Amino acid sequence: MKLELRGITKRFGSLTANDHIDLVVEPGEIHALLGENGAGKSTLMNVLYGLYQPDEGEILIDDVPVTFAGPGDAMAAGIGMVHQHFMLIPVFTVAENIELGHERVHGILPRIIGRLDRRRARREVQEISERYGLAVPVDALVQDLPVGVQQRVEILKALVRDAKVLILDEPTAVLTPQETDDLMKIMVALKESGTAIVFITHKLREVRAVADKITVIRRGKVVGTASPDSTPAELASLMVGRPVKLNVDKEPAQPGGAVVEVEGVRILDDGGAVTVDDVSFTVRGGEIYALAGVQGNGQTEITEALVGLESVDAGRISVAGADVTRMSTDHILGLGVGYVPEDRLHDGLVSSFSVAENMVLDLYDQAPFSGRLNLDLKHIAAHAEQKVEEFDVRTSSIGHAASTLSGGNQQKVVLAREMSRPLKLLIVAQPTRGLDVGSMEFVHKRIVAERDNGAAVILVSSELDEVLGLADRIGVMYRGKIIGEVPAGTDAEEIGMLMAGQTAENGETAS
Amino acid sequence: MSTTAPVEDLTVDHEVVDTTLSSRSRILRAIAYAVLGLISLVWLGTAVDGGTAHLVFDGHTVGLPAKATVIVVGIVILAIAAWQGVRGFGRRATPWAAGIAFLLFMVAFFSWVSTQGTNPAIDVVGLLQNSIALSVPLILGALAGVMCERSGVINVAIEGQMLAGAWAAALVGSVAVTWVGLFGALAAGAFMGVLLALFSIRYLVNQVVLGVVLNVLAAGLTGFLFDAFMANDSEKFNQPGVLGEIDIPLLHSIPIIGPLFFEANIVVYLTYILIFGVDVALFRTRWGLRTRAIGEHPKAADTVGIKVLALRYRNVLIGSAIAGLGGAYFTIGSVGGFAKGITSGNGFIALAAVIFGRWSPRGATAAALLFGFAIALQNNLSINTHAIPSYLLAMLPYVATIIAVAGLVGKVRAPAADGEPYVKQ
Ligand SMILES: Nc1ncnc2c1ncn2[C@@H]1O[C@H](COP(=O)(O)OP(=O)(O)OP(=O)(O)O)[C@@H](O)[C@H]1O
Ligand SMILES: [Mg+2]
Repeated sequence: MKLELRGITKRFGSLTANDHIDLVVEPGEIHALLGENGAGKSTLMNVLYGLYQPDEGEILIDDVPVTFAGPGDAMAAGIGMVHQHFMLIPVFTVAENIELGHERVHGILPRIIGRLDRRRARREVQEISERYGLAVPVDALVQDLPVGVQQRVEILKALVRDAKVLILDEPTAVLTPQETDDLMKIMVALKESGTAIVFITHKLREVRAVADKITVIRRGKVVGTASPDSTPAELASLMVGRPVKLNVDKEPAQPGGAVVEVEGVRILDDGGAVTVDDVSFTVRGGEIYALAGVQGNGQTEITEALVGLESVDAGRISVAGADVTRMSTDHILGLGVGYVPEDRLHDGLVSSFSVAENMVLDLYDQAPFSGRLNLDLKHIAAHAEQKVEEFDVRTSSIGHAASTLSGGNQQKVVLAREMSRPLKLLIVAQPTRGLDVGSMEFVHKRIVAERDNGAAVILVSSELDEVLGLADRIGVMYRGKIIGEVPAGTDAEEIGMLMAGQTAENGETAS
Repeated sequence: MSTTAPVEDLTVDHEVVDTTLSSRSRILRAIAYAVLGLISLVWLGTAVDGGTAHLVFDGHTVGLPAKATVIVVGIVILAIAAWQGVRGFGRRATPWAAGIAFLLFMVAFFSWVSTQGTNPAIDVVGLLQNSIALSVPLILGALAGVMCERSGVINVAIEGQMLAGAWAAALVGSVAVTWVGLFGALAAGAFMGVLLALFSIRYLVNQVVLGVVLNVLAAGLTGFLFDAFMANDSEKFNQPGVLGEIDIPLLHSIPIIGPLFFEANIVVYLTYILIFGVDVALFRTRWGLRTRAIGEHPKAADTVGIKVLALRYRNVLIGSAIAGLGGAYFTIGSVGGFAKGITSGNGFIALAAVIFGRWSPRGATAAALLFGFAIALQNNLSINTHAIPSYLLAMLPYVATIIAVAGLVGKVRAPAADGEPYVKQ
């Protein structure tokens, strides 16, 4: 199936998110869309998927113009989409999420009564998950799953429908390198069977590995195409419009005194399962300590415990000399702790609040943002303007709700807020998830600058390149334990082994 | 997926320390039981001055030594509290423990009442019969609430929908035959539903405010229309008659159960069907899955091709019609005529039942029964026990209800998109 977009224009109020975009996707090709945060990639795909109505332009399938009143029409036409922000229902099981919209029914009068055939649905999910090697726990509630697994569910949801055109909007942002490789294999297999794939990602390695064609979008317009043989540097500068440094520049660390001391911490989840098991580590001022590991091995829980969001079952945590094991989050942040949570939409932002309000979520009750009784809106606005400028947040107004920002720009808002006061400890979880290469360069510089200012930095990242580029010391977590601590400069191979639970001594899976 | 940790590793295969409830809710429940036990042992125990309590079951009187009963019950409930606090009950046993504690407490309470003043005998079956009769409209109203709120539309207008239904049932029942009034009630409820759906889904009016407005509208409109012609010409327009009692063969001759459940009018039987039907439909059918989806995350539902707005319209209409049916129970289901404000706040109690029942048909029904029981109890006691201060009486059933509800109902969570309109870009 050949797909063509002609002169697609989509405006949100005064902002033109897509400006006369033309795009042709041939059957059996992987077409990569590259562009900065806020360039309009997701918007374009949402138009194609029938979720947004275009203001101008038309969509042609096999040279015949079509209109999509909603995603139902697009799906009927053979288009499937994996959304950048999960379209999963947290309180449903994996199987329910995957079958929703094309449920299997049985029993009497199946078309009218529609009794769900849960067994068949589960079997189908199981089958497809095995066929593509995307393992998911069929009966688990989606809300209990780590994001990486949720992403797999989202991908399966699109695969199960046998789409002829498959849109993948940053599917790899939360996947491990291994999972990403698996997904790319799936993409190639689909392509070979004639599926057309539109692939959005900020990771140039992936684009170079699988794309057949590359279209670059900047500020809502197509600015050019590139060949998959282009070097990363070429692609990056085409995207951002200036040369970009792809490696982190930093001097050796000059660590000072210990800022964070974690001793024998154990954390249980709501069901009583052990998620963090007897973890101890120390981070000194002026160094970046990375907690590496496959998602869901306890990194999230330990960072949440550091800021008082998770209760500690046993052990002790101190930050800047104060025992924070039982301290409230408010007090901990008051000690000079900045925290960038991994799930920006749920934990990092109040998405219905404006950008300006989100910028002062932690400072609204302090001068100069707070008067005696009221908020000082002028100061809040001025502060937001300055941060938007500094962090290059792309939005047409600081008064817009955070939910209207593109994914990468939401992330920048969180980073800007957390880095806007003097810090003794900065905790960043997946800080560059969803950021374009230009923004990534900037954020890495800022993190290193915090370190050089003497702050202790804890970095949680499932991006091995990021860990290797930024960290001064690396602790690898596996099944709730730190199974190895290695210095910067350790090779990726060894860390990868540790992440899979294999230590040098035993060569076996530790458990 | 060779070197990646399999999913089981990430999610399931952790060492499990405790599979029962979190310790906080365990302690909370234990406290609830302890309060019930102490009320029984200390308060009732000192208030009962010996003598025999008489409880009547379907014509048979049972005599209980009042003081001993109260004390034994108190000790048993305290034992339950202790077990709950120290060990905790498993997930299955928890509701049973709560139910047993509540039942025992009621036995103690009746023993106390029966030894007061004129030493009245307590007609337990009669009391339960009244409870069910009072619960029927509450259940229907609550089901209406569940239908709407599960789809993401807050329904504060249950009271208005019931009132409209009550009025239409009386009118249509008078003009045609009694049972045709049921259709009038359904239609009137649905009409109120159209207003609710149109203004909340299409025009995005704040749903709580809208609900309040609709209640006022229904009260005003039915009041006006009642004055305009029903009151003057009640022969013709306000004498619908009462729906006849239908005894289900065989079932109705079972002792206690029969007279309680199987000697009732058609509205009651429809209620049974609806409780079962809505519950099954919501959790086992395609319609239910989609309904819950649009109430939780309408955008996600949209992306898989579900027509969010159409489904919301439909569910609000059906739900409101059910509330209208509940209204019919006040007129053609019991007294056989309409009066202004005849639903007297039942719609609001139904709304509370939706929340106490955690937005599930089963839970809402249980909550509605509990409220019905509380009201019946209060009616019964105000006749039987003149000796006790009436304000205490009025309070006690509610105290028991709240404690029971606190014990039974854990964390309450509304559908995530409840009350949030869905707007397409
Ligand atoms: N619903 C909306 N209302 C108003 N503005 C919006 C809305 N959705 C997107 N925008 C704006 O449109 C622009 C394009 O956003 P889009 O999400 O398409 O970017 P993107 O290229 O996908 O970026 P990213 O790589 O960060 O995901 C952004 O400036 C964003 O703020
Ligand atoms: Mg995007």
